[in-house]
Amino acid sequence: MGSNNRTILIVIAIILVGLIFIGKLFMLQVVDPSYKFSAESNTQRKLTEFAARGLIYDRNKNLVVANQATYDIMIVPREVTPFDSTKFCNLLGIDKKHLDRLFANVEYNIQRRRISTFQPSLFFKQLSAEKHTILQEHLYKFPGFFTRRRTVRKYEYPNAAHILGYVTEVNDAMIERDSYYRAGDYAGISGIENTYEKELRGEKGARYILVDVHGREKGSLRGGRMDSAAIAGKDLTISIDIDLQAYGEKIMQNKTGAIVALEPSSGEILSMVSSPTYDPSLLIGRNRSENFPVLAHDTLSPLLNRATMSSYPPGSTFKVLMALMALEEDVLDPSQRYSCIGAYYAPGVRVSCRPHYNPVNLVSSIANSCNSHFCEIFRNVIDNPKYASPSEGLSKWREYLLSYGLGERPGSDLFNETSGFLPNSYYYDRIYNNVWGSLTVLSLGIGQGEVLTTPLQMANVAATIANRGYYYTPRIIKDIEGVTIPDKFNIRHYSNVDSAHYEPVIEGMEQSILGDFGSTARIAQIPGISVCGKTGTSQNPHGENHSVFIAFAPKEDPEIAIAVFVENAGSGSSVAAPIASLIIEQYLNSEIHYTRRWVEERMLNLNINEKIAESENRVEQE
Amino acid sequence: MKRSRSKIKGTDWFTVILYLLLVTFGWMNILAANIEPNAPVSFDFSTEYTKQLIWIGISFLTIGVIYLIDSKFYAAFAGMFYIITTVMLIMVIFVGVEINAAKAWFEIAGMRFQPIELAKVSTSLMIAHTLSRTQFSFTKLQNILIAFAIIIIPLLITILQNDLGSGLVLLAIVITFFREGLSPFFIIAGIIAIIIFILTMIIPNHLIILALTAAFIIALLFYKQIKSALISLLIIAISYSLVTQVFYNDATEMSNNIGVITGIAAASLFIAARVFLKRQSHLIIYIIMLWGSIGFTYTADYIFEEMLGAYQQNRIMVMIGLKDDPHGAGYNVNQSKIAIGSGGVQGKGFMEGTQTKFDFVPEQTTDFIFCTVGEEWGFIGTSAVIIAFITLLLRLIYLSERQYSSFSRIYGYSVVSILFFHIIVNIGMTIGLAPVIGIPLPFFSYGGSALWGFTILLFIFLKLDTNRAELLR
Ligand SMILES: [Zn+2]
Repeated sequence: MGSNNRTILIVIAIILVGLIFIGKLFMLQVVDPSYKFSAESNTQRKLTEFAARGLIYDRNKNLVVANQATYDIMIVPREVTPFDSTKFCNLLGIDKKHLDRLFANVEYNIQRRRISTFQPSLFFKQLSAEKHTILQEHLYKFPGFFTRRRTVRKYEYPNAAHILGYVTEVNDAMIERDSYYRAGDYAGISGIENTYEKELRGEKGARYILVDVHGREKGSLRGGRMDSAAIAGKDLTISIDIDLQAYGEKIMQNKTGAIVALEPSSGEILSMVSSPTYDPSLLIGRNRSENFPVLAHDTLSPLLNRATMSSYPPGSTFKVLMALMALEEDVLDPSQRYSCIGAYYAPGVRVSCRPHYNPVNLVSSIANSCNSHFCEIFRNVIDNPKYASPSEGLSKWREYLLSYGLGERPGSDLFNETSGFLPNSYYYDRIYNNVWGSLTVLSLGIGQGEVLTTPLQMANVAATIANRGYYYTPRIIKDIEGVTIPDKFNIRHYSNVDSAHYEPVIEGMEQSILGDFGSTARIAQIPGISVCGKTGTSQNPHGENHSVFIAFAPKEDPEIAIAVFVENAGSGSSVAAPIASLIIEQYLNSEIHYTRRWVEERMLNLNINEKIAESENRVEQE
Repeated sequence: MKRSRSKIKGTDWFTVILYLLLVTFGWMNILAANIEPNAPVSFDFSTEYTKQLIWIGISFLTIGVIYLIDSKFYAAFAGMFYIITTVMLIMVIFVGVEINAAKAWFEIAGMRFQPIELAKVSTSLMIAHTLSRTQFSFTKLQNILIAFAIIIIPLLITILQNDLGSGLVLLAIVITFFREGLSPFFIIAGIIAIIIFILTMIIPNHLIILALTAAFIIALLFYKQIKSALISLLIIAISYSLVTQVFYNDATEMSNNIGVITGIAAASLFIAARVFLKRQSHLIIYIIMLWGSIGFTYTADYIFEEMLGAYQQNRIMVMIGLKDDPHGAGYNVNQSKIAIGSGGVQGKGFMEGTQTKFDFVPEQTTDFIFCTVGEEWGFIGTSAVIIAFITLLLRLIYLSERQYSSFSRIYGYSVVSILFFHIIVNIGMTIGLAPVIGIPLPFFSYGGSALWGFTILLFIFLKLDTNRAELLR
């Protein structure tokens, strides 16, 4: 091999390298567009300007939910130098172990390439404004750390937790669903915070700045022309009367159950109590991680909104619906007298009744809650000769109930609703192997058996009766700043019962409160207000009966319709009725009449949860 | 006056102008990388571009000194230089300052100086001195060992300095050995083994094998076996197409590998047949080498993919700078590619770069200065720089070959070798083609002693070139 050839080889190698490099550069600089995009995001950092969430007011313009500033501590891992960790812990109000955990977390994320050592990432969430003020003075001692202002919720009242819901950091699934969100954003997870999230969250703004790799600002991009300011969320006014809500929660202390109060003329929810409840402040920011598990594991399920999510047999409150449909079906003559013999007897069936005057007509059988008469009425509806079979009768029965919003989700703007349950003929065909009749399902006529309703549904029934035949879809929203509320809330839903048939039923409901001996809810009498109501005792196979009451007042021009369910509290007249009357009185008169202070006292002091706990202990001891 | 004119008489002005262009353009890029938007250019002594300007001045003065010294001096005192720089390399371990964990720098009056830069010059001179002796021959094992010892000794010291990257440059002088008669098998085997091992980690096996085959075809061409080469190519192309397109009907990793191997096997059979018929037994060695490399490729790939865990693989990839890892250790390369890629065809314009300005690219004025070229001058700028460097290297080869004295020729080739290595590794790493070894781009990178060293290296040769008709040793 001659030297000359070798020289040529070397020359070829050099030229080849040159060509390869030029080729690669051609790919990088001319062909491949991806590096241009990368470069954009590299120098032009988009700084998110977080929008303040909309405020929430109650129907009387009391501020219920506000915002407060907190500070996230950000870290640029590469710039962190050894520092006085004891001092740092004190400033943050955490112990050394916690700090070690935070750093372990940062290291883990760096290893997983989830964060960059060059870029700021979240180190410690939601330092209070007070601590931040002190930290700010010392921050220069801790290079690589800086703070970022965020706002979190501030609750002005310890009430209405289930209605308001809570706000927390978005999870991956939410980011996937809605491109608006980025990791670390906050969003309403439940309650009204969730339903009206889009209105409340406002719009994030953005500031485009030129930064170097250390995140140091090097001026704004194109003189700030591309920047957009954050737009604060819209303020909401909710239909809740926060004072009434607080009163309801106070009265439901130590009881398990729910109260729903509606304004019949609009469907606005005046108060919605689910007991036990919790202070919404418990779930703000840092507290949330500590308190949430405690609430979630509580055997009384304080996180459960019983007003919309628990369904109970309506008990005797259901009789008003039976009466209304029987009148519409023309199988009941309101003036016809019926003699109750203390029970309803039929072949193989006995439904006992309570002592009351005899004979009864429609009004007095509602006022006295006569089981016998309503068994008769139920059979007349189901076995109506108009229809070929009990199956068809039951379908008709179901149709009426559906027109009152039972058996389906109310479609309100509350976060979670359950539909309750209305059995149909297929259901009984399956259970009774196609052999059943009105007697088989007789307990339906008095609100027991398979029918399940939620407190919200029954409040809606009360509102429908108050309106003499129609209801509006219940809602919590009263006004959204600059936005009209959805149309669905302005539609009247008429029941299948003619408004003329309501008067005798309302008369019966009034008599159940005003009537003489035998009337069920005399305790609900309020001086100066004509209340119409119906008690119910919801049979509960697991223990003591649930106490139920529905009512509206005043009788003419009703302003409030209410349903009260108190679990394991016994008869409707003993607990639910007095509670409902107190709510009505508080709402209409803003105070409790001195002759009724004892009722208030008794209800406030009643501790059903403790009684049940005691009786359960007793059972265990035995 | 007449005397000084005689000193520069015969200087290759073409090379001088290329040098001046590169130094000037390099300095402009150092300036651009340092200027922040809206900030005035300040010639404060602390700024990099001012310091670099001073080093450029020192370099120009040094060129004058080099020209004043008689060419015979460089040949005569090569051994002395070599000993002095070796001692300096050792000294720096004890009295040097530590930068990036390497103890490779002297600091005098705020100016830093890396003795390895001078060692490159002295080693080149020493090699030229040793190889140009009449009794020296690359056929003698003892002489081969001596030649390698001259480049290995400074290299070993750089390992002690924890600055192996700078020392590796000296290995490039093997190119000079090749020119002077070192058997190519010797070099090729070593280089191929290293390259293949690295390549198996980044590109599909069948591409490596195609590259090897290309080398084989070139070897055939080298032996004027043009017909064999063309027929081999044809066989490979047809076999590959048949296997991937007809038999497999798609181009998967599997079909690609099988297609390539089938093609090469067919071509090998053809060559073997020719060897047998035409009695060209030396070709059989190339076939054996080719198949040896193919075997090594799959072995290396198997070792890397199957025997090493994901974590170890990652470590190796990151260590040699091949891992595309936006925020980890591969950060540098990725940022560098972004900066260069963002330049597009025309670049963003002088001083308009954003990537290199805001410290996104680390070491932006030293090892990654080419990024600034790419970002601000675009493809036009980068290809111009590469063409300029290639032209310089080719010019130096041309100059070397015209030397009467083998001392000058060998020294010239050493200069080419060293510059070539720097260019490959430095530009290669910024565009992701070479491992990240922190060595500067000649005449471009910020760092006075590197510029100074490269200037001395180049201009000693230009000085020797002025005496190209004389015998030096
Ligand atoms: Zn009765």
